[in-house]
Amino acid sequence: MFSVSDLRKGLKVEIESEPYVITEFTFTKPGKGQSIYACKLKNMITGTTMTKSYRSSEKIGKPQLNERKLEYSYQDTDGYVFMDENFEQVIIGVEMLGDNRHFLNEGIEVGVLFYNERVVEITLPNFVEKEIVYTEPGARGDTATNVLKPATIEGGYEIQIPLFVNQGDIIKLDTRTSSYADRISKA
Amino acid sequence: MNVSHLATRSRLLFEMRAWFQAHDFIETETPVRVAAPPPEVHIDAFQLTDGSYLRPSPELHLKRLVAGGVPRVYEIGPCFRYGERGSLHNPEYTMLEWYRTGCDYRGVLVDCRALLRAVVAKVTGSTILSVGEHRVDLAADWLEVRVQDVFLEYAGWDPVAHYDEDRFDADLVAKVLPALSIDVPVVLMDYPAEAAALARYSDSEPPVAQRWELLVGGMELANAYSELCDAKEQRRRFELWNQERQESGRDSYPLDEDFLGALAAGMPDCGGIALGVDRLLMAVCGAACIDDVRPFCWNPSEIT
Repeated sequence: MFSVSDLRKGLKVEIESEPYVITEFTFTKPGKGQSIYACKLKNMITGTTMTKSYRSSEKIGKPQLNERKLEYSYQDTDGYVFMDENFEQVIIGVEMLGDNRHFLNEGIEVGVLFYNERVVEITLPNFVEKEIVYTEPGARGDTATNVLKPATIEGGYEIQIPLFVNQGDIIKLDTRTSSYADRISKA
Repeated sequence: MNVSHLATRSRLLFEMRAWFQAHDFIETETPVRVAAPPPEVHIDAFQLTDGSYLRPSPELHLKRLVAGGVPRVYEIGPCFRYGERGSLHNPEYTMLEWYRTGCDYRGVLVDCRALLRAVVAKVTGSTILSVGEHRVDLAADWLEVRVQDVFLEYAGWDPVAHYDEDRFDADLVAKVLPALSIDVPVVLMDYPAEAAALARYSDSEPPVAQRWELLVGGMELANAYSELCDAKEQRRRFELWNQERQESGRDSYPLDEDFLGALAAGMPDCGGIALGVDRLLMAVCGAACIDDVRPFCWNPSEIT
């Protein structure tokens, strides 16, 4: 169990046998009154959000979460296929992966959090490498780094990149912000 | 931490002292390390290895000075509250507390209005405080409302007739304070007797606590009482609170017999008030977090 003093943004808790992550946390204490710990929570399975307030004496459930490292293999009709170290397959659906599905490369290792054998969270490496498969050429001599243009990466996802990056270049992409981080190599 | 806010802090402290000096108050320093903190139910003190405590407020010692013959006294200094951390709370913070004899909670409201209008004007050149999206004009008439009335209006029940602590605290935060987040200062007066803290009761029926809190833009800035001078009643409340503390699994605190003795020997009628200096600075600077106006805060990462 957690006590209220453990509560903070990002903490994973269990409420009525469902795992939740705290997305916002506010401590308030009216005058001479009790402390009130207001949380905004997101259900890690359904994605629905709710707000809940706790008082000092309350206890909050701790979810049994197992993290496993899985390697991405390939996409098939059921979803995205990952493999553990025993070559057991785990298939993860598109709704759980969200935008992350665009950043998978064959062989990359991802952290997968399980709650009762159910996948509830996926953590990609902070950076992945991707090829720019389409972008308009930047204007000649324009080396500005703060002006961006649209580009399509392998798999069809669109991001904003600096003008000097060209089609065929390999870039480093920050999976936490879904944005361009650096150029790795030129075409 | 913000360098320009630190300069504002220094200026604000200077102007406060100047105001109190001009109004015939004496400044004092009471012990930061104390043997017996007030056993308020929801205020926890840090305990030191020798069993003494860091003060959660200077209240008991200041009242001993009042009982000992100091008619107008104030202190600005650090206070400590265990477990309180948020955008409006740091476990160590700066409190301004003052006492005036020969008046009640209304008398210190007169002081508070005059003090805030004067020092904020000196520091900022205006009388406007910024809290969230609210521009609160200290020069406007301060809205005085009674706890009973605003609870009936915004929470739909009467905490004076039937007090329910859990519901009171929850509705205060969720319903009443948001409704009182407006562009003029709000004085929330006459708390239920059960929430009297160290305030005296009114003569009305049912009695209410002669206590008010100042709200600016919905933020609690100060808490004031007609001070309880009755030693017997004070002891009864201390013992009751200690019992509630134990029932909720927390330590009880030793009773401050020197303070209770001073009340028994006779403390003149007085009003007293505690004002959060950091919160006032936040409102002066338009800062959203206490970390912005204190030179150092505890574990800044905890609240982001």
